[in-house]
Amino acid sequence: MTQNSLTNESVFERIKAQFGEGILAMEEPYGMLTLEVKPETVHDLVKWLKEDDKFQVSFLTLLGGIHYPENTGKELGVNYHLHSLVHNFRIRLRAYFPIENPEIDSITDIHTCANWMERETYDFYGIQFKGHPNLVRILNEDTMDYFPMRKEYHLEDATREDKDDRFFGR
Amino acid sequence: MNWTEEDEKAPLFKQNESARTELSKETIDGEIATLNLGPTHPATHGIFQNILQVDGEKILSSEQTVGYIHRAFEKIAERRPYNQITPLTDRLNYCSSPINNMGWHMTVEKLIGADISKRVDYMRVIIMELARIADHLVCNSVIGVDTGALTGFTYVFQEREKIYELYEEVCGARLTTNVGRIGGFERDFSPEFHKKLKNFLQTFPKVFNEFDSLLARNRIFMDRTRNAGPISGERALEYGFTGPNLRAAGIDYDVRHMNPYSSYQDFDFIIPVGVNGDTYDRFMVRQEEIRQSLKIIEQAYNNLPEGDYHADIPEFYLPPKDMVYNNMEALIYHFKIVMGETPVPVGEVYHSVEGGNGEVGFHLISDGGRSPYRLQFRRPCFIYYQAYPEMITGQTISDAVLTLSSLNVIAGELDG
Repeated sequence: MTQNSLTNESVFERIKAQFGEGILAMEEPYGMLTLEVKPETVHDLVKWLKEDDKFQVSFLTLLGGIHYPENTGKELGVNYHLHSLVHNFRIRLRAYFPIENPEIDSITDIHTCANWMERETYDFYGIQFKGHPNLVRILNEDTMDYFPMRKEYHLEDATREDKDDRFFGR
Repeated sequence: MNWTEEDEKAPLFKQNESARTELSKETIDGEIATLNLGPTHPATHGIFQNILQVDGEKILSSEQTVGYIHRAFEKIAERRPYNQITPLTDRLNYCSSPINNMGWHMTVEKLIGADISKRVDYMRVIIMELARIADHLVCNSVIGVDTGALTGFTYVFQEREKIYELYEEVCGARLTTNVGRIGGFERDFSPEFHKKLKNFLQTFPKVFNEFDSLLARNRIFMDRTRNAGPISGERALEYGFTGPNLRAAGIDYDVRHMNPYSSYQDFDFIIPVGVNGDTYDRFMVRQEEIRQSLKIIEQAYNNLPEGDYHADIPEFYLPPKDMVYNNMEALIYHFKIVMGETPVPVGEVYHSVEGGNGEVGFHLISDGGRSPYRLQFRRPCFIYYQAYPEMITGQTISDAVLTLSSLNVIAGELDG
């Protein structure tokens, strides 16, 4: 079995020393190192993590969007799950930006597989990935004019009156 | 071909005629033709389109269209209570639904911090490995079908049927199983299950070896599949490959080994790897994984610990019916679970299991509400299918079909 030779603390310290201001917050929900990063830092950080000899975080596991309508100025966000297969170390990065201008650098030049995942995120959340080679809808219809995973779009028809949602949670 | 305004006005048969002459001229001159592989084509085994640019039989480029059966599971999951999300996971990779079901249960258990007994772990391992065998059997026998060898397919589908009967004994369903509950299983393995499993363990190896001997060292099959749709380990990693397809390219990443879940660390099994990452290697890796899965099932079944078949979490695990009718507390729990009123901790979890096609992951963000705030599935097919154009460029159309079936792209998992 691959030894987990990296600890959350040691990784965080090195990242903090390298990127300082770019790291906004750190938490460890259920043991996974989670960093909130400035949107403009994400690209460099992902690149550095991949190229760094000590970490070799070279595998992009998952990339997806998230929407918090109440977080003014930080409504939309992107989650990155990265995995160092050499050290069996997982890290989660997260960047938020305002809904009026949801822009972040694409990481397709670092991780080829980010291509479709970024397209999917654009498709559902309307997040613009700068530098993406082909940022068009992927799962939804091309003519769709809204971003369905945003929280303002309810799953069921909002005009429906026969069902009282108070008793059924969200 | 270029359409002019005159062409537009011409009667339909005229248009077709000019299109035909144009195409044949191009083909004769060794120029480029466009070919639609899919959306509905028997060779694609699912609904996805590939627009191929071909020069004769050689593929120059390919453009993919996906999303034909997108069902917005991530959106639906944001409205459902936790126990009602399991049926959604069934419909991702429907060739091995139990693995997805268990993966989801384990994700929730991780979130709520449930203590799961060894017996449940072992029972889960048995069901999950049966699912892996069923998944790989379908994939490998279909590679046979696509090379023109139908016989093996008919042999192993009988065995897959036996696995489905085993599912039926456990949960009543066959394809979209919805097996197990958060915390364990809805009932213990029945005596009939034990009988059928023992029978399966006894008879399966013989049939499987027969299937193996039909294809594995078959000259025609080897010539046909070797070097069809190859990918290097390095490229496979960049494309986010996981599972048998990655291992066929020589990288020994397996979630069961790297991040053991459900007591996989208790079992002795090897991770087969290939060299060239071509169709033949993918086939051989899956063949060996079936043998290893069988080995794991035997170990788990022979060492099945005593104990309860579910965890002691009354807030999440439905009480038995006679308790509901006769016991106040059980009635309350029953009501709360059914109405989705159980409090769930606020938190964020990522949990992954080794699915039929690779790392099936669940990224769950809970805000304490009755349903997840955000649930994202890591669908391995969706991620590695991107590599398909690169893998088939320069190959022939028949190789493209083989590559597709050996990648085991499942439409449900692809489109989510």
